[in-house]
Amino acid sequence: MLDTLFYVFSAITLVAALLMVLSPNAVNGALCMILSFVGTAALFVLLEAYFIAVLQVLVYAGAVMVLFLFIIMLLNVEKGEGGGYAKDRISLAASIVGFALVAVLVAAAFGSGEHLPEPGLVEVVQNPSGASGGFEFSTAGKSFGYSLFSKYMLPFQVAGFLLLAGMIGVIVVSKKPPENTESDKPANPQSSMPSN
Amino acid sequence: MTVGINAFLLVAGWLFAIGLLGVLLRKNTLVIYMSLELMLNAVNLALVAFSRYNNTMDGNLFVFFIITVAAAEVAVGLSIVVALYRRRQTVLVNELNSLSH
Repeated sequence: MLDTLFYVFSAITLVAALLMVLSPNAVNGALCMILSFVGTAALFVLLEAYFIAVLQVLVYAGAVMVLFLFIIMLLNVEKGEGGGYAKDRISLAASIVGFALVAVLVAAAFGSGEHLPEPGLVEVVQNPSGASGGFEFSTAGKSFGYSLFSKYMLPFQVAGFLLLAGMIGVIVVSKKPPENTESDKPANPQSSMPSN
Repeated sequence: MTVGINAFLLVAGWLFAIGLLGVLLRKNTLVIYMSLELMLNAVNLALVAFSRYNNTMDGNLFVFFIITVAAAEVAVGLSIVVALYRRRQTVLVNELNSLSH
């Protein structure tokens, strides 16, 4: 049963991601991206990381993608060649090399002969010992708290500072420039045209 | 569940490759940005799989921090895209080449 769910949700995730990359319309792409994020959240549930799954739906599929959709609809870039693909040789070569690397991963994971080591699933601890120093995997929310406030105290504070810096950065960048300066308009119309 | 860690890593690898394809192939800055988010998400999936199969909590906490950084990054990046569009009236990367000349 769980195996079937794994195959279904990974297929949903991968197909939605591919549709996002290939769809010429950015709004359709953003909606496919939301589907892909929800599929990933389902995979997190299968891995028994319930808190991360909830966080994925709330932050990624909720806040981040709503922001993306808002900006896409605000800028309305669909007119003209908004959905074009880059057609140079380097991009093509890099894509081929990237997919060849994935093929190597497939061969290493499932091919005959030497396998990657495959640790088995262990039973999830229901009541983590917490402060005794062990940070074993558990589904309890309090094990997040123990780790965040003991082992990962400095990264936690740095993350808070990063959010503050991001907030100030957004306010500074999106502030409207003063009207009387010429920097608001392009200096000469020729400079905004692509020259090649 | 009899699905091993290699199956999860395979899905994560494909997600990362699809995101890389989007970054290389598309010209719209917003779609490139969404592909970057997809690559971050693939790394999240791999970290949670490692964390579950090795019975540690560290991978989950890394994912927690990655989600925090990604949220801050999206807010700043999208405000930069809006500021750029206000000045140049385009979001296509092949027209935003004034630094290369």
